[in-house]
Amino acid sequence: MSQVGIFPVPCDRAVALGLLRQMLRIRRFEEKCAELYGAGKIRGFLHLYIGEEAVAAGVIGALEPEDAVIATYREHGHALVRGIPANVLMAEMYGKRAGCCRGRGGSMHLFDAATRFYGGNAIVGGGLPLAVGLALADRLQGRARVTCCFFGEGAVAEGAFHESMNLAALWNLPVLFCCENNLYAMGTALGRSESQVDLCAKAASYRIPARRVDGMDVVAVSEAARSVAAHVRSGIGPYFVEMQTYRFRAHSMFDPELYRDKAEVEEWKKRGPLHTFTDRLKAQGMMSEEDFQALDAEVSREVQAAVEFAEAAEWEPVEGLTAEVGAASP
Amino acid sequence: MSAAATITYREALRQALREAMRQDPRVFLMGEDVGLYGGTYAVSKGLLEEFGPDRIRDTPLSELAFVGAGIGAALGGMRPIVEIMTVNFSLLALDQIVNNAATLRHMSGGQFSVPLVIRMATGAGRQLAAQHSHSLEGWYAHIPGLRILAPATIDDARGMLAPALADPDPVLIFEHVQLYNTEGVLSEEWRQADIARARVRRVGRDVSLITYGGSLSKALQAAETLAGDGIEAEVIDLRVLRPLDAETVFESVRRTHRAVIIDEGWRSGSLSAEVSARITESVFYSLDAPVLRVCSEEVPVPYPKHLEDAVLPQVPDILAAVREIVSGHD
Repeated sequence: MSQVGIFPVPCDRAVALGLLRQMLRIRRFEEKCAELYGAGKIRGFLHLYIGEEAVAAGVIGALEPEDAVIATYREHGHALVRGIPANVLMAEMYGKRAGCCRGRGGSMHLFDAATRFYGGNAIVGGGLPLAVGLALADRLQGRARVTCCFFGEGAVAEGAFHESMNLAALWNLPVLFCCENNLYAMGTALGRSESQVDLCAKAASYRIPARRVDGMDVVAVSEAARSVAAHVRSGIGPYFVEMQTYRFRAHSMFDPELYRDKAEVEEWKKRGPLHTFTDRLKAQGMMSEEDFQALDAEVSREVQAAVEFAEAAEWEPVEGLTAEVGAASP
Repeated sequence: MSAAATITYREALRQALREAMRQDPRVFLMGEDVGLYGGTYAVSKGLLEEFGPDRIRDTPLSELAFVGAGIGAALGGMRPIVEIMTVNFSLLALDQIVNNAATLRHMSGGQFSVPLVIRMATGAGRQLAAQHSHSLEGWYAHIPGLRILAPATIDDARGMLAPALADPDPVLIFEHVQLYNTEGVLSEEWRQADIARARVRRVGRDVSLITYGGSLSKALQAAETLAGDGIEAEVIDLRVLRPLDAETVFESVRRTHRAVIIDEGWRSGSLSAEVSARITESVFYSLDAPVLRVCSEEVPVPYPKHLEDAVLPQVPDILAAVREIVSGHD
């Protein structure tokens, strides 16, 4: 279980360091968010992705700029990797006007038209039908683009999952269904909520090809995502990938974690995507400790600058409250 | 030119659909049995032959997914028209309509809009009992971010679709089931149909009958009877249930000093309650009598004809309400 360190990294140094850098950006950004939550700067719900970074880094890194991404309410990492600047994201976390959604969305509803990032959705399963529709629009307009839809394993209990899988398969739509299986839907373990815990079997029932991937190994994720994205882009139809991963932190900032053993968390932490990958890079001579420290310092500066940007940003004036309800609003 | 031929409400809707499909390749229609079957209420009959299965798209019984896919396709640059069989079935898609279609513009800080049109049948009168007969458009009229239309005339059935499709935000069109077979002459005025204003359908000085959709003909019928008694009722067709054109209502009430609202929805928490509240908030001192409402009885709509009739607002109910507040007004 903890022997990934012995496997060589099968990609070139620049690619490998790029993946590490993205994972580190997520980690440091979210550690800062947790701190800012404690300080009362960020409010509402805050769902951290720490432990799952390899999935967003590997999958989104395999997409093209013209592709679309839909994520969940645990989407800071996806937004960062997709290319929303950290300072704009942090301003959104604060609820400031300079945020990507002018502060109206907050942590759970991050959007960005420039990078085709369609949220951020705080309804479990809520993004799946949207992904089908985006892919349908591409199909009808003859564009070979991928719509990548992230959702947790909890979403497979929703009707939206089954209806969307069926529609995508029925119409051969270019959707990459990326299930982030972190084993718990809030506090409910998969086995306590599903009669069939083999998620790939669910995909098979819709005749959608499926693959199970070690979501703690960023290289495995990246390679699988490249191959699967190429399949989807070719127009053959949708693909389902189950990324087996684990959330190291609580579900949100209000979760006493009564539903899982500390020993289980510690066991999974041994497979943490950041340190295992760092160890592999070092073992292979691709990176030194000094290299890592330099990268970490650079990422920490980016996060610190984002905090300063958010602190200095202005609030949306209350006079603008009803703007953007409709084009003709109020 | 010879006298204009009469057409049905259904045919007017179909002409509007055909024109929209011909004029804009981004427009497509999807829903349950809109293609091969020709539409539950035969509105889309014949369109599959002209436009093919990509653009007249039959869907599975998956309201949540195909409405959500409509939202996604709108985000992806299409101009989808989604047909839902009845308003009762739209409840299966309520999540997508309320949590996504209505919110995305605002949550994204104005980056995304959802130019989607959803059409559905509403209302009672066909002995379809409690799961096909309700008038829930008032619920939708509660939601910021949606525009709610209720075409009650042949002209509006023909004319409202084009401006609805031109609206950059989601528009819901409610077609009362009793209207599909009604016939009338399509006047040239359909070309001026807007999706913003209420219309005075009959001018009168003694009382304002405020209604929409399937109840318009009942209000007009009541007005004719009242005219025989020397009472001149003004009949206002709201047409647009959100945003409400309250000014047209106020202007009428300022002249007539009396108002009766006829709404097939239930009285409690209804659209009629909203209109009544607006009148008392804004033109209270113009009133010579309390605002009265004629609504459906607060029961699920029953199957037998005599009980269904007893539930719905009927002409005698309207007459009784008017006489209650108009008697002795001279």
